Amino acid sequence: MKISINGLHKAFESRIRLGIMSALAVNDVLDFNALKDYLNVTDGNLASHLKALEKEAFIEVKKSFIGRKPNTSYSATKFGRKAFNDHLNALEKLIKHVVK
Amino acid sequence: MKKEQDYFRDLAEIRSMMERSSKFMSLSGLAGITAGVYALLGVYLAYDVLDLNFDASYGSLPPFDLIGEFFPLLALAAITLLLALTTAIFLSHQKAKKRGEKIWNATSKRLLAHMAVPLVTGGVLILILISKGLVALAAPLSLVFYGIALFNASRFTFEMLKYLGSIQIILGLASAYFTEYGLLFWAIGFGLFHIIYGTYMHYKYER
Repeated sequence: MKISINGLHKAFESRIRLGIMSALAVNDVLDFNALKDYLNVTDGNLASHLKALEKEAFIEVKKSFIGRKPNTSYSATKFGRKAFNDHLNALEKLIKHVVK
Repeated sequence: MKKEQDYFRDLAEIRSMMERSSKFMSLSGLAGITAGVYALLGVYLAYDVLDLNFDASYGSLPPFDLIGEFFPLLALAAITLLLALTTAIFLSHQKAKKRGEKIWNATSKRLLAHMAVPLVTGGVLILILISKGLVALAAPLSLVFYGIALFNASRFTFEMLKYLGSIQIILGLASAYFTEYGLLFWAIGFGLFHIIYGTYMHYKYER
């Protein structure tokens, strides 16, 4: 089970993964370095979180070359966007509950 | 299990990341003020020292003294622009550092790319027109194209930039009609409104 009782997705328990999905929700495509700048994390850390999201099929990875430099870019899949939206709704519901 | 305040922090983080990754919020308001001051100084020098005036209408321009008049003016314009840009980059760099953001990131690159297309187009067009003797159009068109650039760029930074851009476009169009007041419109657009915009932004977001 990847979704806990309150509707929150396990993959988004890490704030870094949440950050990656937030950035990809408002940007069609972002490359590795752009994500690194936004999140302020190390290469290894970011790579492992990206791997995890890729495994869930939440993000799509595209490898290409800019000149001779390899460039990896990421985008959210339809499935990933839906999961992220569901997670947001669940968060909102939980908070409303607390405020009440 | 996460606690309630964790949910709040999650949502705050999501919101901040969406904004940070789509808008460049380190654009300095102070830079707007300094750009305006440079522009006013530039206008003063052009008017007083170089004795520039746009008294002619489109068709009846006197033969233009390219070396004597054009180059000092172009140099003055270039220096003003360079000063404004350097100060803007420096001040935005300071602001970015304070916010823990990099000045050269995917967002600022996108902002610049969207500004560059109208700006370069306008700049080249103005140089072509000047070379054909249509000097009177330099001030109006620089306002118009700069306004379009700002309007375009507002999607990638503060929304307010849209209004500054619209004002520049309107002033540019007005000065295209009243060419004899070109320098005055230019001073109002690049000088006065930069200062107003910069002051507003500085007090609203930077203190």
